[in-house]
Amino acid sequence: MVNIPSSMDDPIPPAEVEDVELYHSHSWWTTYVFSQDAKVIAIQYSMTAMAIGLVALVLSWLMRLQLGFPGVFTFIDAERYYQFITMHGMIMVIYLLTALFLGGFGNYLIPLMVGARDMVFPYANMLSYWLYLLAVLILVASFFAPGGPTGAGWTLYPPQAVLSGTPGGADWGIVLMLLSLIFFIIGFTMGGLNYVVTVLQGRTRGMTLMRLPLTIWGIFTATVMALLAFPALFVASVMMLFDRLLGTSFFMPAIVEMGEQLQHAGGTPILFQHLFWFFGHPEVYIVALPAFGIVSDLISTHARKNIFGYRMMVWAIVIIGALSFVVWAHHMYVSGMNPNFGFFFATTTLIIAVPTALKVYNWVLTLWRGDIHLTLPMLFALAFIVTFLNGGLTGLFLGNVVVDVPLSDTLFVVAHFHMVMGVAPILVVFGAIYHWYPKITGRMMDETLGRIHFWVTFLGAYLIFFPMHYLGLLGMPRRYYEMGETAFVPPSAHSLNEFITIVALIVGAGQMVFLFNLFWSVRHGKDAGGNPWRATTLEWQTPTTPPPHGNFGKDLPIVYRWAYDYSVPGAAEDFIPQNQPNDDRISREPS
Amino acid sequence: MHETTKTKPGIALPPLAPGMQGFASDWASDQRAFKNVSWGKAMMWIFLLSDTFVFGCFLLAYMTARMSTTVPWPNPSEVFALNIGGQDIPLILIAIMTFVLISSSGTMAMAVMYGYRRDRRKTAALMLLTALFGATFVGMQAFEWTKLIHEGVRPWENPFGAAQFGSSFFMITGFHGTHVTIGVIFLIIIARKVWRGDFDQEKRGFFTSRKGRYEIVEITGLYWHFVDLVWVFIFAFFYLW
Ligand code: HEM
Ligand SMILES: [Cu+2]
Repeated sequence: MVNIPSSMDDPIPPAEVEDVELYHSHSWWTTYVFSQDAKVIAIQYSMTAMAIGLVALVLSWLMRLQLGFPGVFTFIDAERYYQFITMHGMIMVIYLLTALFLGGFGNYLIPLMVGARDMVFPYANMLSYWLYLLAVLILVASFFAPGGPTGAGWTLYPPQAVLSGTPGGADWGIVLMLLSLIFFIIGFTMGGLNYVVTVLQGRTRGMTLMRLPLTIWGIFTATVMALLAFPALFVASVMMLFDRLLGTSFFMPAIVEMGEQLQHAGGTPILFQHLFWFFGHPEVYIVALPAFGIVSDLISTHARKNIFGYRMMVWAIVIIGALSFVVWAHHMYVSGMNPNFGFFFATTTLIIAVPTALKVYNWVLTLWRGDIHLTLPMLFALAFIVTFLNGGLTGLFLGNVVVDVPLSDTLFVVAHFHMVMGVAPILVVFGAIYHWYPKITGRMMDETLGRIHFWVTFLGAYLIFFPMHYLGLLGMPRRYYEMGETAFVPPSAHSLNEFITIVALIVGAGQMVFLFNLFWSVRHGKDAGGNPWRATTLEWQTPTTPPPHGNFGKDLPIVYRWAYDYSVPGAAEDFIPQNQPNDDRISREPS
Repeated sequence: MHETTKTKPGIALPPLAPGMQGFASDWASDQRAFKNVSWGKAMMWIFLLSDTFVFGCFLLAYMTARMSTTVPWPNPSEVFALNIGGQDIPLILIAIMTFVLISSSGTMAMAVMYGYRRDRRKTAALMLLTALFGATFVGMQAFEWTKLIHEGVRPWENPFGAAQFGSSFFMITGFHGTHVTIGVIFLIIIARKVWRGDFDQEKRGFFTSRKGRYEIVEITGLYWHFVDLVWVFIFAFFYLW
């Protein structure tokens, strides 16, 4: 499989890839602000994503306050509530998770893990960040625009998204939202092309695709998917912008609003739903696949065992990525489309469960009889597995048309997607930050604070979202500002809502512990050394920590083995770095 | 520029296994998945793949709108006819536009060839000719837009039938025209660099500080041919359907 001739005298493959011509900065501005170094760009991406994510977190508190104590917080009226929901969902999914996994971790880890000096086109990579920042600023601006941000729900369904009855519909809100998305997509494309080409064409000697750490496989596949899925959102945004600004009727049927016949006629709202979900479903995996990849590496490293079934894991990632383009309409079972479509999409949806379940089995089998260190990254990785499994199981319910129809638009759905694409990837984000922080700063994050953060977040998330399944089964609808008096909702459900709100506030406070730890440890953390986790992958083998400009000093590393040589019998240590020559041929690499 | 594989003489790569396995291991092989493909070219190809999805979505959206609208769709051969010498000739302008754009692909291909021969002047001249064709195309498109606007076609309405006709027309041809315009600008910038001999001296880019190489002519060409190809689809689906 691997092209490196092992029987020949010279096991080092010849150099095919030229060295990146690095841009050497000369001033403070080009080193720290307009930097073309992927590592700096990664940190810029991450900090921006976390800052805007904090806004989304605060919005979730406000929503919960309203749901738990309706009528108490009078400044939250129905319109505000919808604006909060919309901005919360949109920010969390796109501006936080997508940007953090691909722009943040992608930028930091891809060049280091594949053994490159930088991304292939650092200048475009820099532009990517600045366009992302612009998109975020436009989004933030919509909070201050007349009429406030849009309240159309994160799905932005027309026709309501551009009508005056919806907050921001006839004002600036929806326009700024769509513009922000358009800039985000253009910016992402610049970065995404970089990530893909760096992985495909910029690897160091000996780094075959089948030796890439799974982190890179996850980020790579997710980026390819994003490059193919975001176009649908781009087109939908442009068309809706025209409907709103030029008065076209792509998505707008004939409508009477406040007794007045609008100018629109003949458009089809379902078209928007198709375009949106052709993007929207792959988007779920765009945040899930990097999480899958990262978790595989965290588990292998912290259980000191090679990942079980590496090849299978790679194929599962690729197959999930491909299948996720043919399941989108499971979000549209109640939209009135042809029932035969429902049958098709239910089938494909359930088929995706196969490679996904395979990954879960392989994680568990990796842990099996491993030397498990319950470090912070490991705790978060374990929490991810159970949470993802949990969310995945409710997904099987919702994938079936007959079960979905009554559950659709209830809190059951909210519980499901928070488990599977909210909490689960966020847990991986935390695990990954605790794991790579020592490489980025040279210091460890504080262990005690980290454990407090872990338990509050993990248990808290379950206390918040578990009861929501039950509320959903009772029939409590999603996206409702308040329930009022309803016969089918018992009073105990209201107390449950209060409980959820209180836990949500506590979990929110727990995140402040994390933020404090993040900044405090930059100066006060324990010294980490170059490779505190004794990990095999290339980023831990850099000459200095944090890695220098150009990552690897004078010579690029040469890779002799896969990323999972942990606890190899006969080896001096319980890990063998990827760049250690394979003289005694004890590697566990499958061939 | 043909990148030579920098295989050290004397070391032969082991022969690939036949069939799917060989295919997979070739792809997964060391350092680069596509041998002999430079970074810039790989990036352009992948960008074009992504852009294909953009145009694909636009066209599918247009087809959906056309099929689901409640008012009859205007007849393209009538709407896009020109009155020349007292006679309505259907699609004549589009035919000329298409011809011009396809010719520009020919001149572009020649520019790429002369680029690899390092013939500075011919390359630059052919690129400028390509840009001229492109600009002519955009000019004729502007003429067509003006004509339709005079006849009362607007993004939100038109006298011939379904309002979505005007919306899709302006949106899709506009988006494609923007692509052509961007292409023209790039062609001019790069033709200028070729003319000055930047690529012979490997002069470094102003923003990127990368060495300039003749390959950029080919990469621009890829983009240009793509824009051309997309036009063929727009032509077929919008004007001929
Ligand atoms: C502390 C953590 C969080 C809390 C307490 C929370 C709470 C909420 C609440 C109360 C809603 C509105 C439910 C309703 O429709 O009535 C909501 C919606 C939503 N949340 Fe979260 N959330 C949290 C984290 C996240 C994360 C990490 C994501 C990332 C994927 C996320 C994505 C969404 C989305 C997509 C919606 C749907 C918005 C819509 O209906 O338009 N949330 N969340
Ligand atoms: Cu889905």
